[in-house]
Amino acid sequence: MTAIGGQPASALGQPPASQPPASQPPAGEPLVGQARLRVDGLTIRTEPARGQSGAAVVTDVSFQVMPGQVLGLVGESGSGKTTVALALLGHVRRGLVIDSGQVTVDSTDILRLPARELQRLRGREIAYVPQDPASALNPTLKVGTQLREVLAAHGSDAQAREQRLTEVLTEVGLSDVHGVLHAYPHQLSGGQQQRVTLAMAFACRPRLIVLDEPTTGLDVITQRRVLDTVLGLCRSYQVAAVYISHDLAVVAELADHVAVMYAGRLVEIGPAAQMFAVPAHPYTRGLLRSVPSLTQAQSLRGLSGHPPQPGNHPPGCLFQPRCEFAIPDCATVLPPMVSVSAAGHQAACLRATEISALAEAPALAVQVPSASAHGQPVLTITGLTAAYGNQPVVHDVALSLSSQQCLAIVGTSGSGKTTLARCIVGLHTSWAGQIAFAGEQLPPGVRRRDRDQLRRVQYVSQNPYSSLNPRRTVGQIVEQPLAHFFKLPAAQRHDRVKAALAAAALDSGMADRYPDQLSGGQRQRVALARAIIVEPELLVCDEVTSALDVSVQAAIVELLRRLQAERGLSLLFITHNLPLVRSIADHVAVMNKGVICESGTVSQVLAEPKDPYTAQLLADAPNLAVAAGGS
Amino acid sequence: MIAEQLPEQPALLPGGPAGKRREWLAVLRRALRTPRGAAGLSLAGAVVLLAIIGPVVAPHSSTAFIGLPFAPPSGSAPLGTDVLGRDVLSRVLDGGWVLLVLAASATALGVVAGTACGVTAAYFGGWLDNIIMRTVDIVLAFPPLVFALLLVSVLGPKLWLIVAAVGISHAPQVARVTRAAALDVCERDFVKAAQILGIPARKVVTREVLPSLTSVLMVEIGLRLTYSILVIAGLSFLGFGLQPPAASWGLMINENRIGIVANVWGVLIPAVLIALLTIGVNTFTDAVARSSLGVGRRYSDPTQQLGLAVAGAGQ
Repeated sequence: MTAIGGQPASALGQPPASQPPASQPPAGEPLVGQARLRVDGLTIRTEPARGQSGAAVVTDVSFQVMPGQVLGLVGESGSGKTTVALALLGHVRRGLVIDSGQVTVDSTDILRLPARELQRLRGREIAYVPQDPASALNPTLKVGTQLREVLAAHGSDAQAREQRLTEVLTEVGLSDVHGVLHAYPHQLSGGQQQRVTLAMAFACRPRLIVLDEPTTGLDVITQRRVLDTVLGLCRSYQVAAVYISHDLAVVAELADHVAVMYAGRLVEIGPAAQMFAVPAHPYTRGLLRSVPSLTQAQSLRGLSGHPPQPGNHPPGCLFQPRCEFAIPDCATVLPPMVSVSAAGHQAACLRATEISALAEAPALAVQVPSASAHGQPVLTITGLTAAYGNQPVVHDVALSLSSQQCLAIVGTSGSGKTTLARCIVGLHTSWAGQIAFAGEQLPPGVRRRDRDQLRRVQYVSQNPYSSLNPRRTVGQIVEQPLAHFFKLPAAQRHDRVKAALAAAALDSGMADRYPDQLSGGQRQRVALARAIIVEPELLVCDEVTSALDVSVQAAIVELLRRLQAERGLSLLFITHNLPLVRSIADHVAVMNKGVICESGTVSQVLAEPKDPYTAQLLADAPNLAVAAGGS
Repeated sequence: MIAEQLPEQPALLPGGPAGKRREWLAVLRRALRTPRGAAGLSLAGAVVLLAIIGPVVAPHSSTAFIGLPFAPPSGSAPLGTDVLGRDVLSRVLDGGWVLLVLAASATALGVVAGTACGVTAAYFGGWLDNIIMRTVDIVLAFPPLVFALLLVSVLGPKLWLIVAAVGISHAPQVARVTRAAALDVCERDFVKAAQILGIPARKVVTREVLPSLTSVLMVEIGLRLTYSILVIAGLSFLGFGLQPPAASWGLMINENRIGIVANVWGVLIPAVLIALLTIGVNTFTDAVARSSLGVGRRYSDPTQQLGLAVAGAGQ
């Protein structure tokens, strides 16, 4: 797996700039020397109320980053990683206070600076790249105006400013400098927008840059390019970078060191290569196990349970209730950071040394049914062409899905894969061609399909936060399709709802909850329960895991696999995530610009891509193996 | 091993107790807890109470002549007498409930009609949207009072006509507001999920879309009620409401204004009551609007709040 554009893509072969001398600093510090950023014992709490001290959101976090190096800060949503990131700029969200600790950039203690000084420092010395460029850029100002604003705020004369503008835009890979400067943000693509925010961050040649999941909204190809740009700039200008992400594979590509956060605490920190090869904390192991592999179909095992809520921490190790390695001591002793190796690899686990010495848990190979096992095609699409108004988005697509198989449709954003799904389920009506389901032609729109056709094809959409009606209980939501398709007495409906919830691994007590009381993973389970309750034959899953954390994604994919096997479902699985395809699908079709450019069995297509676009997708997919030094 | 790890624990995220939620009730409660809401409701509530129990406690019949025209306050008539020598206090106590009933009915009519139009336009879109909204624009072009006057002067001063005229003049604004709010809701995935099942539009609108408009509608009802009171009192002042000799606040102001120098109470009290009622309703509505923002936030999409663009968002 090599990077495009000659940028160094991995931490491998890029040893830490200076190995520490004999004296090891206290916990969490892999390196000493001229660290650019030092964080010591950072603790952030909610505001104290009524004499009670606030709940700790971030507890005793310490790490450091050398110039020119990237630290990956990893954790599930709610682990406090963004709170730490903002604290590096001397900022806390409303309702939080910095309790103790130091954040030192070179020799300046950020947390003790007066507001005016801090203001001067931000943007010039410390830059921040936000998650969503579309909301970070002002839609009413041209990109040039916004970039000049940054430079002007940190005082430079007009001529130098223009020169720097051109320079920095070229550096971030926006070669059409004039065009970009005169464009409004909405005229740029997501990748270009993110490059503009990168240019803003790098404009004043900062010493430290904080990146908060900057590639979350981007497709793999764009993501790869943005990552390469970040890494290149950090290396050439000796900028220290903190890269926040929940995606271990992305971090593996980029970071020299990785710090893993769990429930507001650092649980493991160390050189990326070591962390991924011999994780010493059970939580890190769990996370790694959740990441699907590009090269091998494997059973994804998510982490069971939930992280503890702030203010409700159990005594002892915070991870202990979910830990498969827990021993009695874990419930009482808060494990200190212990060194696992000389290279600064540390973990907060009583059994760290033991665990890191374990061989990597062998991934369970998944039995992917052979292509000819079930010959009957359940869904056959021929010559499908769909358009939005005059804008064609899907051209002449032909697909076939055999009964009880899983067909993955892969493509970057804008490839037309979601439109294809919407055509199949009848949400998108302006298409030509043929969609045959179980031998009969499906008419274009929902309104022209009969009840049986509607029942047998169910759809699960991407965003579990908007697919459940916030005003109805889980029970009502799951019951809705049942009540529509079957006339059953209430008691029987109730039983069916219970059974569907159980099939989706949800407790029956959930039926009385409202969606906003559930986590993202639980919501997606509810959406699945709603889909399977009417006994469909075909389930169309549109990016069902893209809004979820990696560990939750793993659990949802396992659930889907199980449901498919138990209920003889045929799955159409739409995703932008190629490694995920490995773990769930039998067949794959790759879509690019509305056309299927390649299709075949998963092992064929992923092992020997014939289309250059597929090859590009494969090359750009973030891969854990890169950092672990594997194949 | 795998099976053990699969289920996420049904641990509850914070968000309040399970059980039936009545959003409108929650909004009202929150509004009442603010000083603004408490003040508004007590003002409006006092006037409403007066109008309701007034007819029962009035010392005289509202149409009985008890003295000389425009007599100043005295023992038998604490607020003096009006233009025809009737007791001002009794007429004030008796003349409020009609205004309230008319205003409430006109509001109900306007909000129901307007919501039906707005949500229909938003849900179906296309040509239906165009027809409805252009009609709305036309109705909107008439000032409410002029529109009501036009109808009433052509068809005669009938109470149902006043309700209809004021209601219809409200509908366009309500339609616009609900359409805008419903457009957003109709795009949500849970509405699509119901559509895919082939659930009829009527059910999707009433069960999926309307409940999400609760707070918008509450604010709209309050606003429309304020305007209804003003317009109907105004019509009454112009002689198009209850016909003499029946008592009504708007009519009283008109009847008694020629004698304002001799007995000011015949004008002042009805005017002040109308003003207090409108101010009270409006203030309370304002409190409702503010607290519904807070309540609504709990239901919103966290991915939107955090600005998290969902990866590979597709089309």
